[in-house]
Amino acid sequence: MIAEAVLKPGGDAATALYIVAFSLFIIGVKRGTHPTTAKQGNMVAAVGMAVAVVTTLLLDGIGNWGLIALGLGIGTAVGVIASVRVKMTEMPQMVALYNGVGGGAVALIAWSEIRHGISLGETIPLDTLIPVLFAAVVGSVSFWGSNIAFAKLQDLIPTRPMAVPGQQVINVVLLIGIIVACVNIATNNGDPSQAVFIGILIAAGLLGNLVVLPIGGADMPVVISLLNAFTGLSAAAAGFALDNVALIVAGTLVGSSGTILTMEMATAMNRSVANVLFAGFGGAPAGGAAGSTEERPHTSIGAQDAAIKLAYADSVVIVPGYGLAVAQAQHAIKEVGDELEKRGVTVSYAIHPVAGRMPGHMNVLLAEADVPYEQLKEMEEINPEMPRTDVAVIVGANDVTNPAAKNDPDSPIAGMPIIEVDQAQQVIVIKRSLSPGFAGIDNDLFYEPNTSMLFADAKQAAADIAAEIQNL
Amino acid sequence: MSVMTEITIFVLAAFVGFEVISKVPTTLHTPLMSQTNAIHGIVMLGGLIVVGYANDPLEYVIGTIAIAFGAINIVGGFMVTDRMLGMFSKKPKPKAEDDGKAGK
Repeated sequence: MIAEAVLKPGGDAATALYIVAFSLFIIGVKRGTHPTTAKQGNMVAAVGMAVAVVTTLLLDGIGNWGLIALGLGIGTAVGVIASVRVKMTEMPQMVALYNGVGGGAVALIAWSEIRHGISLGETIPLDTLIPVLFAAVVGSVSFWGSNIAFAKLQDLIPTRPMAVPGQQVINVVLLIGIIVACVNIATNNGDPSQAVFIGILIAAGLLGNLVVLPIGGADMPVVISLLNAFTGLSAAAAGFALDNVALIVAGTLVGSSGTILTMEMATAMNRSVANVLFAGFGGAPAGGAAGSTEERPHTSIGAQDAAIKLAYADSVVIVPGYGLAVAQAQHAIKEVGDELEKRGVTVSYAIHPVAGRMPGHMNVLLAEADVPYEQLKEMEEINPEMPRTDVAVIVGANDVTNPAAKNDPDSPIAGMPIIEVDQAQQVIVIKRSLSPGFAGIDNDLFYEPNTSMLFADAKQAAADIAAEIQNL
Repeated sequence: MSVMTEITIFVLAAFVGFEVISKVPTTLHTPLMSQTNAIHGIVMLGGLIVVGYANDPLEYVIGTIAIAFGAINIVGGFMVTDRMLGMFSKKPKPKAEDDGKAGK
């Protein structure tokens, strides 16, 4: 049956189907940029992928069906189970992981391709070899870099910037080594050394580790987005090597759109991509500030006091952060909001562009808890309202409210746009302790006279406050 | 396909990518990143092709892992994106129904 369905690689029928596939990708991404069409756009792109995969399976020369079935079976099972089980809070690291395996696939394909070339015993043309080398290097960097990003977001390794002594020098040496090895392979394209190629894969993997390790957790979304663009480019390179137009177009599309998206994300955090990659988040000044914090006076209150402050306010702004997400407190906090609304208090939620761990992540979490869309206010929208706000409640957020970003030019987060809760009449901070946030720096807000600290787990505290409001 | 044809396609595709993304609301940054992430899972096609001419055990293993990785990237990527976006689209619908009922 397969014999009749076989398509010639690069032939008209296969190419036509690939054109259908990548057109669907482009339409899918375009629709993905608008809130009303995003879900449909994702479906369109998925259909495009199905067309591309089926077309490829019908190509002449596809074989080893047992292995294909095995790979597809394992991959599909893992993908389905992982995405059904993952909690919304863990979404960012899931994306990092998927990106990593994509990069890993590219590197492995490059390896297989070069082995194939060597085994044929003929000179490998440079227009195949150069893309293969590019795919190997970038794929390997992306695989290891994404895994580190995953480990950091999953708290498997410390999220703080981890500086290796002589870091920049090692990176440069590795990069030069990789380039020299690539030139070696390219100039010996009659009989390239597989050992050198494996060396390149390892060195690139090491580079991926070393580049991402020193980057603080707060910048991780930008890094993941950048690695996403890299993986796209490496997939395009694999397309050059395999003469596959679908790979070239789809990979390039992801590479360029991913680059724009990365820059938009960095802009939302008022950081440049270069700054993220090479500056490390917080160094000496952060450590100094953290050391001096322990003894500073602050006001601590309980759930009942907080409930009273909130219930007799006219307007309340809730500022959710990642702490809310980890504590799974979005439902409990919504209940507080509902109780307050019943009493005629105006409630809104102030969403910092990078609240949660990725831009838009907090919107997803609050939507999950059925918070009405119109109560979600973006930072630019809510900041002018702050001086007229009676109580700002900060739930598990920290850095995005730190006035040091505005007031202290030496702060590592200087210039980052913040939600200006310090302008509100009163501030209640629900937090486990005074410990610094993701950026690893202290927050002066906690020690302001009009700030009350409620030390508790976000979910428990929200539930307690909701109950207390009901009792009033 | 000649190299120059491929480079032409590459450059045009790059511009399409740049043009398609403009002024995305922050809300959609994460889902969109996730969706483009799923699209580069297309590299699985490369795995399908190389496993076809694999002819020693190591190449079988490399190719199979590449296909599995690519499939995780594709299937997981699209499903996770769909879940994220599902959170948004769920909200306005019940509202619209309520309004409708109230109208009657």
